[in-house]
Amino acid sequence: MKKINWPIVLAGGLVGLAAVVLTALGNPANMGFCIACFLRDIAGATKMHSAAVVQYFRPEIVGLVLGAFIMSVASKEYRAKAGSSPATRFVLGAFVMIGALAFLGCPLRMMLRLAGGDLNALIALFGFAAGIAVGVVCLNKGFSLKRAYDVGKAEGSVLLVVLTGLFILSLAVPALFAFSEKGPGSMRAPALVALLIAVVVGAAAYKTRLCMAGGIRDGIMFKDFRLLFGFVAVFAIALIGNIVLGKFKLGFAGQPVAHSDHVWSFLGMALVGWGSVLLGGCPLRQLILAGAGNGDSAVAVLGMIVGAAFSHNFGLAGAAASADAAGGVGPKGRVAIIIGFIVFAVISAMNIQKQED
Amino acid sequence: MVDVRGLLCPMPLVTVRKEIEKKNPDTLEVLFDEPGALDNVTRFVTGLGYKTEVVKCGPDFKLVMKK
Repeated sequence: MKKINWPIVLAGGLVGLAAVVLTALGNPANMGFCIACFLRDIAGATKMHSAAVVQYFRPEIVGLVLGAFIMSVASKEYRAKAGSSPATRFVLGAFVMIGALAFLGCPLRMMLRLAGGDLNALIALFGFAAGIAVGVVCLNKGFSLKRAYDVGKAEGSVLLVVLTGLFILSLAVPALFAFSEKGPGSMRAPALVALLIAVVVGAAAYKTRLCMAGGIRDGIMFKDFRLLFGFVAVFAIALIGNIVLGKFKLGFAGQPVAHSDHVWSFLGMALVGWGSVLLGGCPLRQLILAGAGNGDSAVAVLGMIVGAAFSHNFGLAGAAASADAAGGVGPKGRVAIIIGFIVFAVISAMNIQKQED
Repeated sequence: MVDVRGLLCPMPLVTVRKEIEKKNPDTLEVLFDEPGALDNVTRFVTGLGYKTEVVKCGPDFKLVMKK
């Protein structure tokens, strides 16, 4: 029997609780946190895409990065590093985002959707785990994006400074930005409350190394289930919260901001799982690492933002089901996911190091 | 000495595991720059029966493993 790692259980529980609270305060259903959706909203707010229903400068993203920064500095662990195949990480980040937006959620929202009773997310979870397994095969064969090196302190804080600056600007001069008047982008918890909650979550996620992909990855590779406890705790606490608030609804149909295109939900999240292993962590973990000074993770996040813009500009994102339409992933999105698999296969093959004797 | 500085998880653990599988050493020193990776590797090698000691080396950490 493995010993339970309580700090990560508490961090996962905190994320689950914060997500339920943010939803109750105004965020879209089962979207208290969604790194993919919120980066997409930021891409929309800054007019990188023009999908009118998903545009808002989400304070949660700023808060997560800021919380990780504060905790890493307080722990005397902040260290600016960069140089581990940044361009490759940009491309990986972009395709991770394309896969996530086909399904309509990052791995964290996948767990939150499941905790709300959305069984479409269960199919996606199988895909996510399958993608992680493919990534593990690559790691076992010697995949590496090479090491990062110490860089100037300022380099490690670029993403935080840019996000914070734009966030302040979005509060001070909102007319500069595009904000949704209807749809998910119009559903928001109060900005400063969302920021504060995210700062706390970011600090906890940094301290415990919470990662939605790492739990399954380490379980397969090392029989180490420490991170998986956090993954399960997110689900458990959000499930309890949803039941208490009467928001739990079990089934495939009629789920909020979701569709039942199972094959492409599976494949989209398989792409996310594979990419997350190659990047060294899920989209949430990339934000947290970026906050703690990792310039390569910051580049992966920038890749995700651009991937989100591509998703909407080129019609790659999944469409949520509505009363009039079944939604799902269109032909362009399907082709993009297939291209993503090819790109990941090439990146994996090109970065497998020869075994030394 | 195995140097895992600058590698993102799980590469430090993958690297150390590979070294142990290849050479099954009685003693091994590993250089880290990230406390999370140090924790992971320490937990893993302790499970394999190694006794561990951490020595601070400037901004980095050296894990000394002995059987």
